[in-house]
This record gives sequence, C-alpha cells and structure tokens, in this order.
Amino acid sequence: MNLHEYQGKDLFAKFGLPVSNNAVVKSPDDILSACRDIGGDKWVVKAQVHAGGRGKAGGVKLVDTPEEAIEFANHWLGNRLVTYQTDSNGQLVSSILVEECTDIAKELYLSAVIDRGAQRIVFIGSSEGGVNIEEVAEKTPEKVIYEPIDPLTGPMGFQARKISKVLGLDNEQLKQFSKMLSQLTKLFISYDLSLLEINPLVITQGGKLHCLDAKINIDANAIYRQPEIQAMRDLSQEDPREAEAAESDLSYVSLDGNIGCMVNGAGLAMGTMDTIKYFGGSPANFLDVGGTATQERVSKAFKLILADPEVKVVLVNIFGGIVRCDLIAEGILAGIEEVGVSIPVVVRLEGNNADIGSDILAKSNAAIESLNSLEEAAKKAVELSR
Amino acid sequence: MSVLVDKKTRLLVQGFTGSQATLHSEQSIEYGTNIVGGVTPGKGGQKHLDIPVFNSVHEAVEEVEPNASIIFVPAQFCKDSILEAADAGIKLIICITEGIPTLDMLIVKKKIDELDVTLIGPNCPGIITPGEAKLGIMPASIHMKGSVGIISRSGTLTYEAVKQTSDLGLGQSTCIGIGGDPIPGTSFIDVLKMLEADDQTKAIVMVGEIGGTAEEEAAEYIKDNVSKPVISYIAGQTAPAGKRMGHAGAIIAGGKGTAADKIKKLRECGVHIADNLLQIGTKTKEVLGKIYL
Repeated sequence: MNLHEYQGKDLFAKFGLPVSNNAVVKSPDDILSACRDIGGDKWVVKAQVHAGGRGKAGGVKLVDTPEEAIEFANHWLGNRLVTYQTDSNGQLVSSILVEECTDIAKELYLSAVIDRGAQRIVFIGSSEGGVNIEEVAEKTPEKVIYEPIDPLTGPMGFQARKISKVLGLDNEQLKQFSKMLSQLTKLFISYDLSLLEINPLVITQGGKLHCLDAKINIDANAIYRQPEIQAMRDLSQEDPREAEAAESDLSYVSLDGNIGCMVNGAGLAMGTMDTIKYFGGSPANFLDVGGTATQERVSKAFKLILADPEVKVVLVNIFGGIVRCDLIAEGILAGIEEVGVSIPVVVRLEGNNADIGSDILAKSNAAIESLNSLEEAAKKAVELSR
Repeated sequence: MSVLVDKKTRLLVQGFTGSQATLHSEQSIEYGTNIVGGVTPGKGGQKHLDIPVFNSVHEAVEEVEPNASIIFVPAQFCKDSILEAADAGIKLIICITEGIPTLDMLIVKKKIDELDVTLIGPNCPGIITPGEAKLGIMPASIHMKGSVGIISRSGTLTYEAVKQTSDLGLGQSTCIGIGGDPIPGTSFIDVLKMLEADDQTKAIVMVGEIGGTAEEEAAEYIKDNVSKPVISYIAGQTAPAGKRMGHAGAIIAGGKGTAADKIKKLRECGVHIADNLLQIGTKTKEVLGKIYL
C-alpha cells in the first residue's frame, strides 16, 4: 500500500524529521487561508497522487501569489494527473499540498528498502538528488552508497559517518544526519514499511538538512497490525477492480488484453498469462482464486473479470491439488449461472478427479469448452478472442 | 538417497487441530509420513487423528522426539511458532502459511541462521520425496519416484512441473517449494547444493518467477558449482512493472527482476530454458536424453 506525500510528511514530522510548514487542501476555497497560515511570499503547490513524475507532468508549481495557487487548485482538483508512472487515464487529484518555499543549496538522495539479497533494511544514499537514482547508480556508482542495517544493533554512528561522507555533509550536518538515520529506521520498523524514499533530501541555504519529498510504501502483509496506516488508505488512487478483489481476498491485477484469466496459484496465474501470449493472445488480467476455488470465490472472480468490457473470453485454469476437480467444476457452473456469464468460457481442469470434473462440465448446458491440456485450452481461448 | 526427508523423518505439526492442518495431516499420514505429534496451545493432553497434542513444541520434543516440524498457524503468529520450534532444537522447519510480515521474516531469518536451522518457506507447498514422505500440501497422486529434483517459488507451478515429469516417466527425487515471499528461509542456492549432492537426482528443474534477484544469484552458483543439468522456467514474462502479482515477492521494481533479465542470465550460465510452462517436462527429457543416450 502507498501513502500520499502529505501523509508521509505527517509521519516524518511525528518522528521529528525536518519537513516544510504545510497544509493540505481539498477545495480551492481553502487555499488562501492555507497560504496565510504558512506565511511568506512564495509557496509550492503539489498535486497529491500515488505516482512519481508529478513535476514534469505539471503537477508541482512554485507560485508567487495565493491567486496563482487557487488557479492551480482549480485546474487540478477533481482532474486526473497523467505522469510517466501512471497509465493513460492518470490518477485522480483530490487534494493539494501547499508548502512554504525552501531555498535549496544542494539536492541529495536518501532511501531505505528491504533488500532481499542482504536480507536487511538497507539505506541508499547519493550526493545526486532530485534525479533518477537508477541512472546515477549506473553511470556514477561511486556517488551511491548502500548501507545495510543489522536488526540486532540498528543504525550505528559509524554507518551515519559512512553515508554522510558520500553525501558530502559537513560536521554540523552529520549531527543532523545521525539523528535522521536513527529516526527513519524507527519509522520504517514501527509502520512495517517496505520502501521509504526522500528524493530530494536537500541542504538549505542555511546549511540544514531538510526532507523535501516523502514516498512511503507499506508491506501489504503487515497492514493488519497498522490501524493508523489503514485509516490513510485512499481507494481513489487504486484500480477499483483491484481494490474490490482485495476486499474478497483475491489477487487481481488488470491488464490491457481481452482474455480474462481465472487461475489457482500466483505462479500458475503468471504462467497462464505467458502461455496466452505465447500463442498470440493477450491476457486481460492476472487473477489468483487461491487454493480453494469455492463457488463463492469463483462467482466473485467471474464478476471481477466481466466488469472489464474488453474481455471476450474467459480462460479458467485450475490445477486441483488437494481440492477435487469435480467440486471445482460444480463451483464453476454455479458461478456462471449466478453471475449470468454470456461470453465463452474455456476451462482446463487438471489434478484430482479431473475426468469427473470435465464430465460434469460437458454435460451442462453452459457454453463451456472443457479441455484437459493447458496447451489446447490456451489455443482455444486465443482463437475465441479474435 | 533423498534430500532432507525420508521414511524415518519424525514430523511435528504446529497448529495441528486447525482445519487446514487436519486435512493435510490426514493426507500426509496416508502417504506414509510419520507424524509423531501436534501442537495447539491450550489443547495439550488431547488426541487428534489418534496422535498426541501438546501445548508447546518443547513438551512435544521431550515426549515424542520429532526431528522436523510443519507450521500451519495464522500469519500473525508464525514468527513465534518458527522461533519456538528452533528454540526447541528442531533443525528442519517447514512453514506453509502465507502473508507473514516481511520485517518478521527479517528477524526470523537472522535467528534461524544463527541456530543452523533449515526453514523451508514460508508461503510454500512444502517438501516431498516421492515414495518416502510428504511434508506439505501438494497432491500426492501426481508424484512418481524418479530422477528429477524440483525447486520452485510457486506451488501450482511446481505441480505442473511434477505432472509433466511424471507423465514422461522421469519422476522426481525430491521436490521443494521455497515459497513466494521476498525473504525465504531457504534459497535456490541452498537447495541446488542439496540436489547436486544427492545420487538419485540426475537433473534439476528450477521454476522461478519475476521479482528480486534469486534466480540470477542461482545462475552464478550453477555456473561454478552444479555439474548436473539444470532446466529453468521463469513465470511472469507478461507481467507489468510495479504490480505485485499475487506473491509478495513477485514484483518488478525499478526495472529490476524482469523475466527477460533472469532468462538471459540463466542462459549465460549454461542453464537450459523452457520457453514456456508447457515445455518444462519435454525440455528436461530432451536434456537428459542428450546426456544419457
């Protein structure tokens, strides 16, 4: 799960990290008072969406008057922002962050991720901020440092010094950075983060470290124990079908093809998508119905798949391990009837009692093609999708 | 010979009286697995499936001397359950549960490494040595004793690989699902090491998927350390970047972890690639045929 920048900055502030004075507004009417409360004669207004690349897309602006800020809010609130990280529909802007202007002397980069290789929280720092860190790492690896944190000790002073050398900090800034490193680690662990990125972390004209941006992702497996984070969820930033699927405990990702897929198991679901592509078709979605494909789950899955108007055929691929295929076949039939599926359905059943399951499907009146091999089923689905 | 488990394995089931544990324990017993006890806190002293239930792993260890444990407890309690089994001296732990917070696994992994414990999973189907023992949730019927060792990050994809190698008469030596999480207890490399040392294994099938760099690291290891032929299939060739594809670990992040990168690296290191999921069995047979005919 992702947070908005303003939510991330709220968490930063809570942990004593330096962020700009700011206010979040949801209506153009509130801009004037927000600017007055913040004070000064320059402000930065930032459209709040769950995507990077906002600046280049016109979603961030430096303004000299509250009127300009109001104009910006009128333009974006209720509209969708398209950046290189969003799809062509973009993301809905329902709030704007108004901040005091920061005088920047230098832009740096700092992030923390769970590194799978190191099996640690790893801090990544660079003297080059405000730009794409992957590019910096590729072109000038000496400007990037990776520092893993031992879960037993937490971040140590020497590690702060190591990172600070690469960032090019002076002694005063090192003191600020040591505290920052320790607080960011606490924040990371307290809220079960999977990513925390400050790009850019800046040095102000006054020589102070300052967090100009905040990108935070939370480990989906840990949301259950993070009530504060749950309350920050913004469903308008998520694909509505993916959000609905998550409610029913189904894994669903929408894609841009026209063959709906219903599969048990995440790996097999990806393998099924690949197989469709291999035979020249295009999958409309990733969908894992889970190990127990009951009627209820199958019905829900059909509803999700059919909500996509592009879908011309549904391919059901079930490897009945412990679950018996005859029971799954009955679940599929009941699901088709309950949902009123009117497009062709191709079913491949394999595993326990697959023969009985296929028989049940063959004898029904539903428009089902039942095939025992994935190859035949995938080819059939591709043919029907044309 | 076999890897990690055989007929002599004495298995403990944690979360024994739950519905999933009960179902899969029944199937494992039917397969010939020796389940010596179960743990469900608060139900110690009872019998379940005619097997004694204990309040803790420590009590079970004292009474029935298990040497492996399989865990079916809910995700929020897994950290405790794994560390409990490790603390009680059990050296082989299989965790089936999906959805454990990554930071929990970070601590667990460090701890089990310290205690020299092998943890299979979490979020995995378990381990089976056909004809010997089944410690997991895989369907017994598709397996056949044979010569192919199978390692996989995905449950149902393992079943596909198993079925194809059975249908072609190759069979399996041992199949291990290492699970789809970002921090697995056991890596591809750990299992490659075991299968390389196992006489029964003539070829190794490694089923990977998008996300992380485990396949790339395995490829490097294979190049220098594995003499047996390795056949690999990578799932997620059509997966979009930045989306979690079911498994917590299956996500292309920052342009890294794509199927294309993994396949390229594996090929460079001499691994045989099954271009499609349907070709895992035939590719394995073809590779084995070239070597042994």
